[in-house]
Amino acid sequence: MDWETVIGLEVHVQLLTNSKLFSGSSTRFGAEPNTQACAVDIALPGVLPVMNRDAARMAVKFGLAVGATINRRSIFARKNYFYPDLPKGYQISQYELPVVQLGRLAIEVDGVHKEIGITRAHLEEDAGKSLHEDFRGLTGIDLNRAGTPLLEIVSEPDLRSAREAVAYLKKLHVLVRYLGICDGNMQEGSFRCDANVSVRPRGQHAFGTRAEIKNVNSFRFVEKAIDYEVGRQIELIEGGGKVVQETRQYDSVRNETRSMRSKEEAHDYRYFPDPDLLPLQLDPGFIEETATDMPELPDAKRERFTREYGLTVYDAEVLTGSRDMADYYEDAVRAVPGQPKLTANWVIGEFSGYLNRDNVEVSGAPVTSDMLAGLVQRIADSTISGKIAKEIFEAMWDGEGDADAVIDKRGLRQITDKSAIEQVIDEVLTRNPKQLEQYRAGQDKLFGFFVGQVMKATQGKANPAQVNDALRKKLDGNRT
Amino acid sequence: MHRKSVAELSKALNKKDISSCELTSVYLDRIQAHSELNAFITVDRERALKQAQEADARLKAGTGTALTGIPIAQKDIFCTDGMLTTCASRMLANFVAPYDATVIRKFGEAGSVLLGKTNMDEFAMGSSNETSFFGPVRNPWDRRCVPGGSSGGSAAAVAARLAVAATGTDTGGSIRQPAALTGITGLKPSYGRVSRYGMIAFASSLDQAGPMTRSAEDAALLLNVMAGFDPLDSTSVDRPVPDYASTLDRPLTGLRIGLPQEYFGEGLGTGVAVAIESALEEFRKLGAKILEVSLPNSSLAIPCYYVLAPAEASSNLARYDGVRYGYRAPEYEDLWEMYAKSRAQGFGAEVKRRIMIGTYALSAGYYDAYYLKAQKLRRLISSDFDRAFEVCDVIMGPAAPSTAFELGSKTDDPVAMYLSDIYTISVNLAGLPGMSIPAGFDSNGRPIGLQIIGKYFDEARLLNVAHKFQQATDWHLRVPEGF
Repeated sequence: MDWETVIGLEVHVQLLTNSKLFSGSSTRFGAEPNTQACAVDIALPGVLPVMNRDAARMAVKFGLAVGATINRRSIFARKNYFYPDLPKGYQISQYELPVVQLGRLAIEVDGVHKEIGITRAHLEEDAGKSLHEDFRGLTGIDLNRAGTPLLEIVSEPDLRSAREAVAYLKKLHVLVRYLGICDGNMQEGSFRCDANVSVRPRGQHAFGTRAEIKNVNSFRFVEKAIDYEVGRQIELIEGGGKVVQETRQYDSVRNETRSMRSKEEAHDYRYFPDPDLLPLQLDPGFIEETATDMPELPDAKRERFTREYGLTVYDAEVLTGSRDMADYYEDAVRAVPGQPKLTANWVIGEFSGYLNRDNVEVSGAPVTSDMLAGLVQRIADSTISGKIAKEIFEAMWDGEGDADAVIDKRGLRQITDKSAIEQVIDEVLTRNPKQLEQYRAGQDKLFGFFVGQVMKATQGKANPAQVNDALRKKLDGNRT
Repeated sequence: MHRKSVAELSKALNKKDISSCELTSVYLDRIQAHSELNAFITVDRERALKQAQEADARLKAGTGTALTGIPIAQKDIFCTDGMLTTCASRMLANFVAPYDATVIRKFGEAGSVLLGKTNMDEFAMGSSNETSFFGPVRNPWDRRCVPGGSSGGSAAAVAARLAVAATGTDTGGSIRQPAALTGITGLKPSYGRVSRYGMIAFASSLDQAGPMTRSAEDAALLLNVMAGFDPLDSTSVDRPVPDYASTLDRPLTGLRIGLPQEYFGEGLGTGVAVAIESALEEFRKLGAKILEVSLPNSSLAIPCYYVLAPAEASSNLARYDGVRYGYRAPEYEDLWEMYAKSRAQGFGAEVKRRIMIGTYALSAGYYDAYYLKAQKLRRLISSDFDRAFEVCDVIMGPAAPSTAFELGSKTDDPVAMYLSDIYTISVNLAGLPGMSIPAGFDSNGRPIGLQIIGKYFDEARLLNVAHKFQQATDWHLRVPEGF
């Protein structure tokens, strides 16, 4: 049978506020356990939550970016369940009336454009962490994370393959970082994904029974987990079985999903409006103010890069992959006008390569956009060749100063003097009579050998185009 | 000295006729001498005397306030830094709060002396003070009787003159009903008038702290300190706090008093009805006009409350799980057993009953029928008051259907117990201010309370009306025999 996959994603985005959603504790990652948990976070008797205005602003920003409805009035509810890392015995979340509703996000897979619906995005607090290792059979509780603000973004079941799911996630990942509302760090759990997966015979309107795969923490694993789950469900149904609605966990080591709890065991969360918090009221001024504070969004920026700088869609996509990268590129382009394509090649090539090699952020790169522009300038005006430029880039990265300083220090200025090049060519031909004879006997491929010898003799400084020209003239001019 | 009011003592302290240390010692000795009332859970003599010394220094420096040096008792529901804060529960019997509730902080800043923490119904759930883990409180008017609840310890302490004044909290009548049963003045302010920060939650949308005093004038002085917006409590209201003491003497000429017919029907004790009638006569003499109003949904208040309050409580009390503080069962096999045993052993029967009711009311499939329905009733009850206040300035009636009842007489019948709050509960549901003031005695010599209900944030008017009545009567000056 021909099966169709149906996927909806729930993404938990940790908001980049300084303090927690309902208390003044810091949200910094990596502190000693329980050092960032105040009376409110550990739920002492008598404490009360107070809403963090910054978190509301970030939620609105996201809503505006996905063209959603911003609810001027939204309600915090309590989701009740017992767990040791949930200090109050309930999580404060938004249930019936979320702050953001009905948005959309465009994705592209294999050149096919598709709009994915966003059902809702709501604010909620994170729980703490249970630590099961290192306590000799006991469980440790770290409440530093308890109360950290999350925006849970729920998609419509519009995704039809694992690849679409990953495309959507990546798109969302870029977007939240653009908006400056999340650092996107998946290792630290700042961007987490649950996937609701079901299958149905193609053409059938009704959805199949879904399984929810919890907390997958990389794009690659999301794809693998969904693919595994789809395979499992199809195999199950075709073997005469039935998919049960349940929560499943992905094991990346064995590449499989395993049942965590079924619907029957599911909690009754007993949601009800939190009487300690008034409804979240957003006045139009607050929303307008947030709207004027919006950065250029990835899609718009990519489109502008292709239009304004004549870049390919691919190059524009790569350069707009993060706001830092795009800013870096544009800063460099501004410093060396007229070279957008060459600049793009260097940003996407060497610069990105070194960032990855050394695992540093754009902001921490030793080669600034001005330095890169200086290098591009020297390539463009033929002071150096592209090959030499790579050596210079490495020197700049290692802290030897800007391009001109490295060129001067290392004497890398390109030789463009015609007579100087011709002189070197003559010497090379004189030193290699055998090869010259073979070339003249028809071994054309030896041309490259002569070019190499000339470049070697000039330590790569000779202008390659001029070397080619002059050599061609010398060799072929004498060929009869 | 122990018969004097806050206002009188404040004057004496500021004139240095007495010192706070002397005054505090007198009260500490009285508390000890009358420990059989069981009004206090914790008394910290050293801490009290240290605060008294500080108060005396402040009075000497001339920087005292109306409450500087005044010994006050705090209900054991307010977190008090470095002091046991138990909520009268085994669950918190070992809990030393690491911070001050806003109310405690404000009294501290005003320079009042904290005598101790008063007994109460466990987690404020009860109308007789019999659900306390620390045993029942005795009514100083008749020790066979309960003082009412849940703020029974504070009520008994003020009635027996073991404290100049006290605080209470009121979720369904827990200030007004014990005030009525012990012959003192108790004020439940409008919801949002006093910060709930640090006050251990029972039902968050109903809980409100207020003063329990010997007179309306004293209540005004305490409310001046307690009231006000608190950035730590999102449900506190950002409105200026008037000087409640400055408007006490306004004449009542032309005051329109509404009498809800529903408050004078079946179930109201004869003695109470008679006392209320003569109190109204007094108000007529003071120039007030009495008219009938209707609160047609009054009969729905108790069922509505006993869905909403337990629902909120079931969630509010989930934090007492034995994990981070409080009681933990000594033996358990695994996490779930630790939860189950700690909560089964740590909570008393009434608390567990309400957690069960609340959990049920919020459960999938029942939520609409119970919780949502109750929310709708709450709005109806609230609009009853809105309509009544279109024609009157205050509403009056009994604070409780009967006078103090004997210990154990209602403990086996929760519904009979719940009916003690029949006249007070709807005021909490509507978020309005309500007061109980002494208005006479029944044939057994047990006090009767008159309830005055005001418009939203109209505490000044309530205090004014109560004060004028107390200027004309002496019920509030009566002291139980032996105190």
